[in-house]
Amino acid sequence: MDNSKIGHHISERFNQELEDIRNKVLMMGGLVERQIELAVEAYTTGNMELAEQVIKQDDDVDALEVAIDQECTQILALRQPTAFDLRLLIAVIKIIHEIERVGDKAERIAEMAIQLSGNESKIPHHELEHMADLVKKMLHDALDAFARMTLQNVPAITLMDEKVDREYDNILRQLITRMMEDPRNITRTLDVLWTVRALERIGDHACYICEHLVYMINGEDVRHLSQEELEKRVKVPR
Amino acid sequence: MSAQEIRTHSIDMSSVLRGKEESQHPNETCIKVENLNLFYGDKQALHGVNMEMPKKKVTAYIGPSGCGKSTLLRCINRMNDLVDSARIDGKILLDGENIYDKSVNVAALRRRVGMVFQKPNPFPKSIFENVAYGLRIQGVNDKRVLEETVENALRGAALWDEMKDRLNDNALGMSGGQQQRLVIARAIAIEPEVLLLDEPASALDPISTLKIEELINELKEKYTIVIVTHNMQQAARVSDYTAFMYMGELIEIGTTSELFTNPVKKQTEDYITGRYG
Repeated sequence: MDNSKIGHHISERFNQELEDIRNKVLMMGGLVERQIELAVEAYTTGNMELAEQVIKQDDDVDALEVAIDQECTQILALRQPTAFDLRLLIAVIKIIHEIERVGDKAERIAEMAIQLSGNESKIPHHELEHMADLVKKMLHDALDAFARMTLQNVPAITLMDEKVDREYDNILRQLITRMMEDPRNITRTLDVLWTVRALERIGDHACYICEHLVYMINGEDVRHLSQEELEKRVKVPR
Repeated sequence: MSAQEIRTHSIDMSSVLRGKEESQHPNETCIKVENLNLFYGDKQALHGVNMEMPKKKVTAYIGPSGCGKSTLLRCINRMNDLVDSARIDGKILLDGENIYDKSVNVAALRRRVGMVFQKPNPFPKSIFENVAYGLRIQGVNDKRVLEETVENALRGAALWDEMKDRLNDNALGMSGGQQQRLVIARAIAIEPEVLLLDEPASALDPISTLKIEELINELKEKYTIVIVTHNMQQAARVSDYTAFMYMGELIEIGTTSELFTNPVKKQTEDYITGRYG
């Protein structure tokens, strides 16, 4: 891993503090990735133990968010960072919020798995699993970009989100049809919809993480821009 | 606007986002440095410096010791003329006129460009006489004019309320922070256009430092201010523009907010983030 962007301060302790924050963010990201994986598995296999584990693990994610937030505040107050260091901390504060939200979505999926267990009205698993694979890859690549401090894969990640949105629309159509076919399905189908929706939102959060990364590395705020505009800006690294 | 109004009225976004716009409008230039080289004997201390300092704004010079920031500052009112070995080529334009032109009267120039140093240097006279000194040597002796000027200058330097009953006390009895503000009052009593501040707060405690910084913020309504400081946070707090110098060269100049959040040059980034290059 390239940590030249974080290191090289005259103050060795400052290097360590930033390195520590980075490691904690990656640890938090790793936990949440695992949460998604287990939640989806719980959903598709009906393994309730896994679902419980996901819900329990959310406490660790929350605790990490609070701890990282605190460390960032400390550095801002005590070291008055500037330039890249400042942008790193601002970005981290925002990124951990996104990661925490992803954790909540995984928890949601686990809850739905418990609620829907033993019920037949689930949509075919392979579609949901495919969507889950996509968003897991998005999140993984976004965290990887953070670890490496490079924007190389960012356009690919945001592009993948369009694919996720299309998948979501497809599944949504199927669910609507099912609800129209038999209104008795509505309650159950809505639960499925929440699950799919949670996956779709995870993709969005991965994109937000990418936007914060662009700010961190290029110093440019690319929120609320179109895909083309984003690609244009990311292609010219400073 | 009250909180209630903010909630109920539609918001004029252009006024909310004003900060962003302001930086896009270039300001009128007060001081322009053109290709300035300065030598102390054989040693070159400034290398081809080019920069513009806008009117009624604060420009801060930052950089490691010996980078030439004080030297550059001293060029603006020709203080380096007092150094025998110093040799200068290039131009400094003040309102479009080259201050190194042969026809320039240096004393008149220094009336237009006041300077305050790191250590306060009040004269061993009363507070009143310190501030009135500039006018007295210009031949002003009218008591009413002097009193009015001293009051205005002391008010301008945020000292009037503290000192109005002590005007006849010896200035050397004041605290360091008060002395520094007195020296600023002395400088603005003769109504210069430009104020040069060379580490004006480095010998002061944090509260006095904040008072000086607050003063700088008020003074920029009337004067163009150039400040040299070792304290980067101070430059960030008080200045509109910041110039980073290194080994006699101007590396980068930009708006302070840009320079401290997203500098263009790696050397600037390394310096302000405390990295070794």
